[in-house]
Amino acid sequence: MIERAQASAGALSDPQRHRSEAQVESGGAKGAEAPARRLRGYEIDALDRRLLNEFQQDFPLADRPYAVLGERLGLDEDAVMDRLARLSRGGTISRVGAVFRPHAVGGSTLAAMAVPEHRLDEVADLVNAFPEVNHNYQREHRLNLWFVVTAPSQARVAEVLAEISRRAGLRVLDLPLLEHFHIDLGFDLKWT
Amino acid sequence: MDLSDSDLALVAALAEGLPLVSHPYRAVGAQLGLDEAEVIARIQAMRDGGIIRRFGIIVRHHELGFKANAMAVWAIPDGVVSEVGRVLGDAPEVTLCYRRPPRLPDWPYNLFCMVHGRDRGAVEESIQALVRRFDLGAYPHAVLFSTRRFKQTGARYGRPIPRAAAAE
Repeated sequence: MIERAQASAGALSDPQRHRSEAQVESGGAKGAEAPARRLRGYEIDALDRRLLNEFQQDFPLADRPYAVLGERLGLDEDAVMDRLARLSRGGTISRVGAVFRPHAVGGSTLAAMAVPEHRLDEVADLVNAFPEVNHNYQREHRLNLWFVVTAPSQARVAEVLAEISRRAGLRVLDLPLLEHFHIDLGFDLKWT
Repeated sequence: MDLSDSDLALVAALAEGLPLVSHPYRAVGAQLGLDEAEVIARIQAMRDGGIIRRFGIIVRHHELGFKANAMAVWAIPDGVVSEVGRVLGDAPEVTLCYRRPPRLPDWPYNLFCMVHGRDRGAVEESIQALVRRFDLGAYPHAVLFSTRRFKQTGARYGRPIPRAAAAE
């Protein structure tokens, strides 16, 4: 029940194309507008804003990176870690980590399903239960469930899609990345 | 740049994010049998080699007040889709821009852009601006707003596997 790329077999024959589209989570809108300031019951202050905005790229590769951040912000290392922990708990920060170039490592795809409205919660739970699924959204379309599957190999990605399709009894569209056009510079929060 | 098995193990360890401890690279290395300097050198090499395209704090749009996001899609003829993709990918309104295969008859679209904004109106305006600026009005087009987020985590690459198997 899974549709595979056919029209685009040429692009897919490049072995690099099999390796991954990495993750698409928090790419950078280069010019977003000022967002809300209050986050789950606490006010984020000027130092939080700088932490969130100034260290999305080129995080220090030093023995004590949080101390380096602290030097730039006028905080000690513990204070930086406390703030990062608070922002993580509040959900503002996903993690401190790497965004990999598409195709660089592992395999991934974007998948879509047309799920009957009354089964949406059930099927969304089924999809979420796979650790290989890292994004899963309902969208306004006949194809109303959209999720990203990332795994160590393209073969495992295909297995996950087949298993989801089998368990849900629904067709899964497989929409692998063929080309990417955006350089991820992080998300400019434009606080002021 | 080729990734060694120990790079792949490091990639998997980094998927969870850097721990909030004084020596986070040492902590990551301890799981892998690498010392602190080796971890730092490998991350640096992957960054310089373009495997890691960004290393730093990864924020979540929704929690920062960017409540609306839409996937704007177009069906663009094969001969010009890459050119249109490059132009849209450079536009400030666009967060991500990808070409993917169409799946007829269910899905005719081959160019995907993510657009984030404070609310639905802001996202709609951004997309309309793109259509006008790049003269996209003639191409079949759809806008898929997200109405519920069921899951958003970092990619997990799981237990790394040897290159030969990964390249299958």
